[in-house]
Amino acid sequence: MLKLMIAILCMAAVSYIPRMLPLVIFRGKIKNNFVKSVVNYMPYGILSAMIFPEVLYSTGHMISAVVGFGVAIILSWRKLGLLPVAVCSTAGVFLVELILKFC
Amino acid sequence: MTLEKKLTYKDGFKLGIPICLGYFSVSLAFGLMAMQGGLPLWAPLLTSLTNFTGTGQFAGISLFISGASIAEITFTVLMINIRYFLLSMSVSQKLPKEIGLGKRLLMAFGMTDENFAVIYAQSRQLTFPFCIGVMTSSYMGWFGGTLVGAVLQNIIPAMLTAALGIMIYAMFVAIVTPSAKESKAVLGVVVIAVAISCLFRYTPYLNKLSKGWVYVIAGLVSAVVMALILPYKDEEDKPNSDENVQDSSEESKQDMLQSEQSITPNELDNACEELMTNLEKGDKLC
Repeated sequence: MLKLMIAILCMAAVSYIPRMLPLVIFRGKIKNNFVKSVVNYMPYGILSAMIFPEVLYSTGHMISAVVGFGVAIILSWRKLGLLPVAVCSTAGVFLVELILKFC
Repeated sequence: MTLEKKLTYKDGFKLGIPICLGYFSVSLAFGLMAMQGGLPLWAPLLTSLTNFTGTGQFAGISLFISGASIAEITFTVLMINIRYFLLSMSVSQKLPKEIGLGKRLLMAFGMTDENFAVIYAQSRQLTFPFCIGVMTSSYMGWFGGTLVGAVLQNIIPAMLTAALGIMIYAMFVAIVTPSAKESKAVLGVVVIAVAISCLFRYTPYLNKLSKGWVYVIAGLVSAVVMALILPYKDEEDKPNSDENVQDSSEESKQDMLQSEQSITPNELDNACEELMTNLEKGDKLC
């Protein structure tokens, strides 16, 4: 329990500090283009690694996960917002799970 | 300044309502995930109250459930949250100087991706109550969703929870895909990171490494490789011939107007800087 509490508070600290520092202290911009590039690209790399292949195991069956994943890619490719993409993808998975249940 | 009405708390709160609804469904999945991982009820609630960040919370809590160390969890969450540094930097330059330290410390807490987007998109002068308004409504959605998800986890049917499992990934996809579509460098980052992630997942021995470090390695390696191949382009680095100074300054003005809806902070900064340099050059020519 103590470990859980400490983990949550550490997470809170590392969520807050990156948001807080530039607002309070650092108002200039990063000059070094290489550092700027790395900092800019890194979130996409981390997110992508988190998405795949993990997404395939995120639902009841891999088939429904593939459908949901496909729906999310197609809709976000068409620049739909966060909410419609998330809802349609979930609906897609739900439908496939429903079909699988009654087949 | 113009005679336009100042942005109020109410304006912000209203603009935050769509975010509130989106957050509700995502944090519902978070509450569920934490409870299904066997955590006590206070854990997801405390996390949502103190962290207020989607991606980081999911990653941190699922790492905890998988038995990761505190150092690993903290470092992974930090790596995921590094982007906030850039977002806050952009917002900081739009804030009036009168907003003091205490208010800035408070605002920093609510600077999530979506809140940032709404706040940054304002053409009027930002005010402290406005920003807090946006953050209050989305914070309520975030906490409310976590509470409902965590408390009702046994009532929500299994099929629905199976379906909700994909929601957070769909959200990530919605953040990554538009950028990968626009930028070859980001697309490269995505491909390299996914390849590394698959390598560590399916290769014997390598799959012993816990997820947190895989994310860190994938994120760092893909970003460094693409930063070397295709560095992030700054508009200010582009050479301008003196002949078309006026034209390009007009263009960048139009670019700014056209892309105001879907603009990223960096694009806006770059466009502004380009405009300023062009205007300066134009003055010298005259």
